[in-house]
Formats: sequence, C-alpha cells, structure tokens
Amino acid sequence: MIEEITLLGGCGRGGNREHVTRITFRMGDVISIVGPTGSGKTTLINDLELLADGNTPSGRRILINGRAPDPDFRDDPSRHPIALITQHTNFLSDLPVRDFLRIHAEIRHSRQHETDAVMGETLAFANQLTGEAVQRDSRMTELSGGQTRALLIADAVVIGNAPIILLDEIENAGIHRMRALELLRQHRKIFVFVTHDPYIPLLSDRRIVMACGAMTKVIESGAAERQLALRVRAADDWLARFRERIRGGDEFSTDDLEAVA
Amino acid sequence: MKLAICAGPATSGKTAVLRHMIRKLIGSSGTEPRASSLPGWRPAYLKIDVQFADEDEELAREFGIPTKKVYSGELCPDHCSVMVLGEALEWARKVESNILFVETAGLCLRCSPYVDGGLGIVVLEATSGMNLPRKIGPMLSLADVAVVTKIDRVSQAEREVFRARILDAAPAVRVREVNALHGIGIDPLVDRTLATPDVNGELLLRGNPPVGTCTICVGKKNIGWHAHFGVVRPLEAQTFYRGE
Ligand SMILES: Nc1ncnc2c1ncn2[C@@H]1O[C@H](COP(=O)(O)OP(=O)(O)OP(=O)(O)O)[C@@H](O)[C@H]1O
Ligand SMILES: Nc1nc2c(ncn2[C@@H]2O[C@H](COP(=O)(O)OP(=O)(O)O)[C@@H](O)[C@H]2O)c(=O)[nH]1
Ligand SMILES: [Mg+2]
Ligand SMILES: [Mg+2]
Ligand SMILES: [Zn+2]
Repeated sequence: MIEEITLLGGCGRGGNREHVTRITFRMGDVISIVGPTGSGKTTLINDLELLADGNTPSGRRILINGRAPDPDFRDDPSRHPIALITQHTNFLSDLPVRDFLRIHAEIRHSRQHETDAVMGETLAFANQLTGEAVQRDSRMTELSGGQTRALLIADAVVIGNAPIILLDEIENAGIHRMRALELLRQHRKIFVFVTHDPYIPLLSDRRIVMACGAMTKVIESGAAERQLALRVRAADDWLARFRERIRGGDEFSTDDLEAVA
Repeated sequence: MKLAICAGPATSGKTAVLRHMIRKLIGSSGTEPRASSLPGWRPAYLKIDVQFADEDEELAREFGIPTKKVYSGELCPDHCSVMVLGEALEWARKVESNILFVETAGLCLRCSPYVDGGLGIVVLEATSGMNLPRKIGPMLSLADVAVVTKIDRVSQAEREVFRARILDAAPAVRVREVNALHGIGIDPLVDRTLATPDVNGELLLRGNPPVGTCTICVGKKNIGWHAHFGVVRPLEAQTFYRGE
C-alpha cells in the first residue's frame, strides 16, 4: 500500500541547489505546481513519473513510503503507481471507445461483470468532465482534445486505479477543472496539477512554486486563500460566460458595461 | 567476449537504446571516461542492414569505439547475420573489444537473428499500436528481453495493453520499458548484458529457421501457385507440398 511519496530536491537549471530539499505528499493530497513558462514544472512531474533516482538532469530522487521504490514499479505499467497525463499524452488506438476500455479493463479484472462495471464507471466519470459526452461507439482517434483528456483521466482513475495522478496543464484542453477537482477529491489519491489556472492552486492543499528549473518554495493554502479562490472563480466564470456570448454572436450595450464595473 | 544481438522494426529505437547502453559502459566519450562508467568494458558495434546505414559512423564518432557495417543486399538481414557473425566476433577480438553489440534491421518477420549463448534483445516502439506484438513472430518470441521505447508518447492504458500482448506472444521474455530519448530505464539492460556468459566455440542460431528455399527465392517470378512447386499455398488452404 502506498501511503506517501517523497520528493528529494536536486538542482535547478544552472546547477544551483533547490531551496526545497524535501516534500512529502500523502494520500488524499491535492498539490499544484505553479511558475512562469519554462520554469521547470513539466520537468518536475516527469521526475515524479520516472521515479527519478538521481538519474535525470535535475538529480532529484523519489521515495515511496520513505524508501527507494520497488524496481517492479518502473517495469510493469500495471504496477506503476503514477499516471501522468500531459497535453501530449494520446491514445493511438483507433478502436471504438467501448472496445478499448474493455481491453484495458480485462487486463485488470478477470470477471466479466467487473469489466462491464468499470467500463461504465469510466465513461460516466469522463462525461462529467467534458462538454460533449464521449459516446461508447466513437473511435478513440475521433475524440476531441478535451474528450481525450477526460477519458485519459477517467481511465487512469477508474480502470488503472493509479494512486498518484499527475496532470500537466489540462486547462488548455477545455475540460471542467472545478468538477475535475471535486471528482478527484472523492477518490483518496494524490493529485498533482501543473497549472496556470488562477484558482486551482488556491483550492489545492499546497502549491510548489518553481523558478529557473528549481522548487523555490512550498505554500500551504490558508483559509483566506480558499475564500479568495471562490471570488476568483466567480470572476473567471463571468469571463467564461462573456467568452461564450462573444462566440455565440452576441452584441453588447451599456448594461454590460455596468455589469463589468 | 559477450554478445548482444538487437533486432526490431525500423525506427523502433534500436540505435537510441544501444547508444545509451554504450554510454553507460564507457562514459560520455571514449577519450574521457566519466566517473560513472563501468571500467574494463570495451564495446564494439556491428550494424547489419539491407542497403543503407550510417549508425556505425555516428557511434564511432561519438564514442571512439570500433564499429563496422554490412549490407545484406538480396539476403534477408537475419540470414546475413548467420553468415557474418563468426567473423564479426573474430574482428571484435582483434580490435580488443570484449563486448559486441549487433544491430540488425530485422525485416523478415519469419527469422530471428539471436544465437544460443548470446543475449537477444528486441526493441519495439509503444507507438506502433497495440497489435504489433501479435504480428512479429520469432523476432519477439525468441528474444530474451523486449525493450519498449517511446513510452513518453502513449497513454498508460496502451502501455499496459502493449506489455500484456508482448507477454501473450512471448511469456518468458523480460519486458523493459525505456525512454530512449533521455536514457531512462537503461541500467537493467546493461546489467543483463553483463550477466550474459561469454560466447565460446561453435554458435547456433536460436529456434528453427523458416521453411527453406521456395521457387520464388530462386528467381521464378510468375504469379499464382500453379506456376510453382515445392512448398506452395493457395488462397483458401494452408501450405502444402507439390513435387515436380
Ligand atoms: N532542474 C533542471 N535541471 C536541468 N534542466 C531543467 C531543470 N528544470 C527544467 N529544465 C529544463 O528547462 C526547460 C523548461 O522546463 P519545462 O518544460 O519543465 O518548463 P515548464 O514550466 O513546464 O514550462 P511551460 O509552462 O512552458 O510548460 C526544459 O528544457 C527542461 O529540460
Ligand atoms: N519520443 C521518443 N523518441 C524516441 C525514443 N526512442 C527513439 N526515439 C526516436 O525514434 C527515432 C528512431 O530511432 P533509432 O534509434 O534511429 O531507430 P532504429 O531504426 O531502430 O535504430 C529517432 O528519431 C529517435 O530519437 C523514445 O523512447 N521516445
Ligand atoms: Mg510544461
Ligand atoms: Mg538504427
Ligand atoms: Zn528472413
């Protein structure tokens, strides 16, 4: 059983030691990684996924339950405790969604009724995250970017049942972030978001701040920040509705001007 | 002398994997070995390809190790390997190497180049689709290690299915996932190579080669099984023998 995962700091891009030398994530934690473009966010979660052992450019090391990870974790993807979903992670298969999910589910569950159950659950999970529902008869390669990402997350959570899930900038794919966070909170896992989003970091338990390839600090979200997140979210929702209206061909008047003020 | 033969479809990452293995053995370059290199190992590299290859020059330049290439031309590259491997080992001894890496194009899908006593490595790319392991015959089923590359490009679900299907096709093979761009997951391959006993004396091709010469092999070009003899096969039946 995985209870916690520890990240031991290494070096930033210039070879300077990282300020954060040790950080532990426990089951149920939601962590965000923030920082400017090029600050090393993706590199950090790649280190996590690779179960880095001083063998990546950053020199970071990962411990599971305080010890060096079981070598089997790296070898066998069905035992690998970490699922990484990036903007580039893709399904290559052109099978219908239902067949694909069955093939994956059958590797994990030998009994037919179990396979059927997890397939249904996976689709339902994915469809809470997308605008347009994923149809079980669509081909995997026909899915939109957002649908693909939603299904990747659902597959990793439900069928893969990975205890640790890393999500790299899923906001760009247009899936419901807030709902993702709420849904993911219901599963006792470790979630790490790399995000440029204005409120997901405030709603996370902690956020790691990156600069020049290094972890510079870790901030625990306080109660005030959580409240602030709700305000930011309201503003963000307002902006989203505004964007929708623009897309929908609306025209605007002085009333709208007052609403902005 | 240790022998590791590395097969796999084109662009699957054979050279990328071998390059990282060689780097682990000798350090960043031949002239200035890194502290992390494993002392005492002097790799040599042989490339067998059909009609074009430049990996030998690349690796010689990069590591300063002895390299060589053979074009198989009309011969199946794996058959070519049977012809030249004995002399290749002699060559490797002469240049004072103690570990020979052979990269073959492995195009035939009926043959496999591995020999008893040496290590057989097949390199497959996860991006080639979940069905590949079911399609490549002895290149996979007779290998000791199946290296899966390009795992950075596909979903975890597909990685899992890919691995399960490799094990369906070759239950005894050791599957190793690597990122051959960044050289992650290479150490166990190096360890496995070094744990392989030295090759000595007469070498034997592993497994059974496919059915021997057919009339097409000897140059008869007419379409249709009626025009041929020996082992023939119609559309709606398995192979049968037709004497002449
Ligand atoms: N600790 C490190 N040591 C060496 N190189 C690093 C380190 N961290 C990051 N880099 C390098 O810096 C570059 C940018 O890093 P990365 O892609 O992780 O940034 P990012 O924060 O994800 O950017 P974006 O917001 O644009 O996605 C990469 O080339 C990466 O290899
Ligand atoms: N993304 C990614 N690319 C890889 C990986 N392994 C190899 N490649 C790329 O695939 C291409 C073909 O690799 P190469 O080693 O020449 O293949 P070979 O024909 O089997 O020798 C090269 O451009 C490599 O950089 C990997 O693990 N990930
Ligand atoms: Mg990034
Ligand atoms: Mg090559
Ligand atoms: Zn052949």
